[in-house]
Amino acid sequence: MNVAAPADIVQPDSFEFSAENLAEAKKIIARYPEGRQASAIMPLFDMAQRQSGWLPRAAIIRVADMLGVAHIRAYEVATFYTMYNLAPVGEHLVQVCTTTPCWLRGSADIVSACEKHLGIKTGQTTPDGKVTLREVECLGACVNAPLMQVGDDYYEDLDPASTVKILEDLQAGRKPKPGPQTGRQTSAPAPGLTTLKGTA
Amino acid sequence: MATLTIDGAEVTVEDGITVLQACDLAGIEIPRFCYHERLSIAGNCRMCLVEMERSPKPIASCAMPVADGMVIRTNTPSVRKAREGVMEFLLINHPLDCPICDQGGECDLQDQAMAYGRDRNRFQENKRAVKDKDLGPLVATIMTRCIHCTRCIRFATEIAGVEELGAMGRGEHMEVGTYVENALTSELSGNMIDLCPVGALTSKPYAFTARSWELRKTESIDVLDAVGSNIRVDARGREVVRVLPRLNEDVNEEWISDKTRFAYDGLSRQRLDTPYVRQGGKLKPATWEAAFAAIAERLKGVDGSKIAAIAGDLACAESMLALKDLMAALGSVHIDCRQDGAKLDAANRSSYLFNTTIAGIEEADACLLVGTNPRWEATLVNARLRKRWLAGGFPVGLIGAPVDLTYDVQHLGAGPATLKEIFDGRHDFAQVLKAAERPMIILGMAALARKDGAEILAAGVEIAEAFGMVGDGWNGFNVLHTAAARVAGLDLGFVPGEGGRDVEAILTGAQDGGIEAVYLLGADEIDMNRLGEAFVIYQGHHGDAGAHRADVILPGAAYTEKEATYVNLEGRVQRTARAIFPPGEAREDWTILRALSAELGHALPYDSLAALRTRLEDAAPSFAERGTVRPAAWQPFTATGQMLDAPFGAAVDDFYMTDPICRASETMAKCSTLYVSGGVKATGTDG
Repeated sequence: MNVAAPADIVQPDSFEFSAENLAEAKKIIARYPEGRQASAIMPLFDMAQRQSGWLPRAAIIRVADMLGVAHIRAYEVATFYTMYNLAPVGEHLVQVCTTTPCWLRGSADIVSACEKHLGIKTGQTTPDGKVTLREVECLGACVNAPLMQVGDDYYEDLDPASTVKILEDLQAGRKPKPGPQTGRQTSAPAPGLTTLKGTA
Repeated sequence: MATLTIDGAEVTVEDGITVLQACDLAGIEIPRFCYHERLSIAGNCRMCLVEMERSPKPIASCAMPVADGMVIRTNTPSVRKAREGVMEFLLINHPLDCPICDQGGECDLQDQAMAYGRDRNRFQENKRAVKDKDLGPLVATIMTRCIHCTRCIRFATEIAGVEELGAMGRGEHMEVGTYVENALTSELSGNMIDLCPVGALTSKPYAFTARSWELRKTESIDVLDAVGSNIRVDARGREVVRVLPRLNEDVNEEWISDKTRFAYDGLSRQRLDTPYVRQGGKLKPATWEAAFAAIAERLKGVDGSKIAAIAGDLACAESMLALKDLMAALGSVHIDCRQDGAKLDAANRSSYLFNTTIAGIEEADACLLVGTNPRWEATLVNARLRKRWLAGGFPVGLIGAPVDLTYDVQHLGAGPATLKEIFDGRHDFAQVLKAAERPMIILGMAALARKDGAEILAAGVEIAEAFGMVGDGWNGFNVLHTAAARVAGLDLGFVPGEGGRDVEAILTGAQDGGIEAVYLLGADEIDMNRLGEAFVIYQGHHGDAGAHRADVILPGAAYTEKEATYVNLEGRVQRTARAIFPPGEAREDWTILRALSAELGHALPYDSLAALRTRLEDAAPSFAERGTVRPAAWQPFTATGQMLDAPFGAAVDDFYMTDPICRASETMAKCSTLYVSGGVKATGTDG
């Protein structure tokens, strides 16, 4: 967990939303009643992070000022949630779940497959800046364990081979197909349907 | 009213209070860390767990409102076990460095671990370590000791009104700090040291100085502003090592300003510890006899009308009365206690007091500030204004230099013109004042210490009368003083007599020869260059401006070194106590004047402090009552002149450098450099 952005990160001096993001931000702010604009802080942070690739301090301050929130209150929110990246990350943020159900299903092998293929440790970014590897707590898809999240997509029912395949695709600029990697239909029983077989 | 049973005894308490408060009322001690009666309820330390009937789990008593028929138990084995459990968790990450911790001996965690904890720890793993934060020159942090009670965060946000502290991260990784390394920009930050239940926030200047049990504790009064905060002076040997607040709901509640708390190192620097006499242009150390002889020699044959006296901002009532009596005996009417030239009328007590009283602010429902920055001039009055503002329905308007007062202030204008508009009802804020039931006006020294001060005072009085600020049981007319000595000086009539000169005229007289001798009783804030060729006697405790100009220096005692009477801005008579003795040859101020009077052949008629105090009560009956405010009967005040156009300036340019003690203090110098003249964004006056 990154409580404070490490001191050696180069923070940009300022941050501004792009024109369309600014328009979207105004829409988000307008969802909340007068005086409750602070509620828009999390979607705005998310938007800023999508725009910059990470959440620089200038963006936190910009959002806080837009919402009339004390800077420290905005920092509190930004540091509380691990999904806000307070330091730059690679183009693809690979987050492997290692909480108990995934671990029972072999997530340790997934992590080591990633580390071996990418040549980095968890928490690091590849030298070419393409991939950041991170270990995370429960992603809430235990039924498809083990799994990892890349950007906004879940890659489920992994084994070391399919993991490496996904990473290769990412590095080559292709987009691998999200979801279960075993051909299983969403989270239907893994060995095939056990009931409702007749209905199609 | 709710009736509940606590440990088998029935207690009837007010509705809306919490179980913890009810237990306190019933005399049952509940351990707590995060709960503090003046802060919002957080409920995060879990130390106050008690058992409630029909609740399957213990409840946090600080966050549970009382209800009729509740049955609370605080002394069962399960409560004891719950507390032991909480304490064990708190201690998991707390370093056991009590032997080198400044909080040791006065630490809530230490005390409660003894009373409610287990005698051993089952935690075998590594403790976490947290990086220390830089909060500026006053508050030291050892964040590994922090138990995350969040009292400091709530204090900064709620009482001090500076949202600069927060909790970063969460769970195991939570850290209290400012995120970006910034010094706290509050004049109340020192109070976080008192609030911190562990040794995470401690006093930087006091670090590793003393253990609390070695100190001699003296209950006294602060004189570095006119609020008269109640303080405790802790001394070891011949040195004051710290100053702490003392509870007084009517004045400072339990807070003090950073100046009050941290200026004490100025008490042991730049001190005048022996008399000096100027010989051949140079000040030379002398004996008391030689100093008195030099004065007697010089004043011989000088007519009383050519002698003047000015009392400074830190002078006590006793010494001012003694000096006034001496001047009267010498035949001089040229005395003044208003160094800044404020046009205050000593004959009209209601026109120079803070009539509403500090606690009375909480009953007001609108406020007009005129030429004042209470955040710097009287920090605790500002804290009270903020407290009232937080309660809601309290519009505040300001005429003068725009300042950040930590609450919403409507800036109405810059000078007397706006005052006139309000009086004429032409300004929007006039409607606000008219609609209010108990409006108040506060006139600052920036409005009164100028040529048209009397006219502005009169305008203030007119506004007070026109907008119903003065009536039965309510007096909303207030003058905000900056000097601890001022109200006592005015009460005693330490102002020019019939045909006498005020400070301005004394200085003019000193230049043109109309005044031959000037007695400065701790007066350092006047322009010493204007004293011309006059013979200057300086009585005071610090080698500041006055002492440099003086021809004879008589070393006096600072407020921590004498039993002296001060009157705060409300007119509350309070007494300091002697915590340490004055250094070297320095003496209590009234005794110096008594001894000098005998040398000059006009021996004052009091030989003891008791006799002087009897005289004090004769001179001004208000001195008979201590600790309370005797309301002043309302008297109208008028002035004949016209108000000028010039906007109001600032009465205090630098919060940390207002008097000789602060100017001698290294801590205050650091704060001044950081907060006022550089580094951090300005606090009080950034517009």
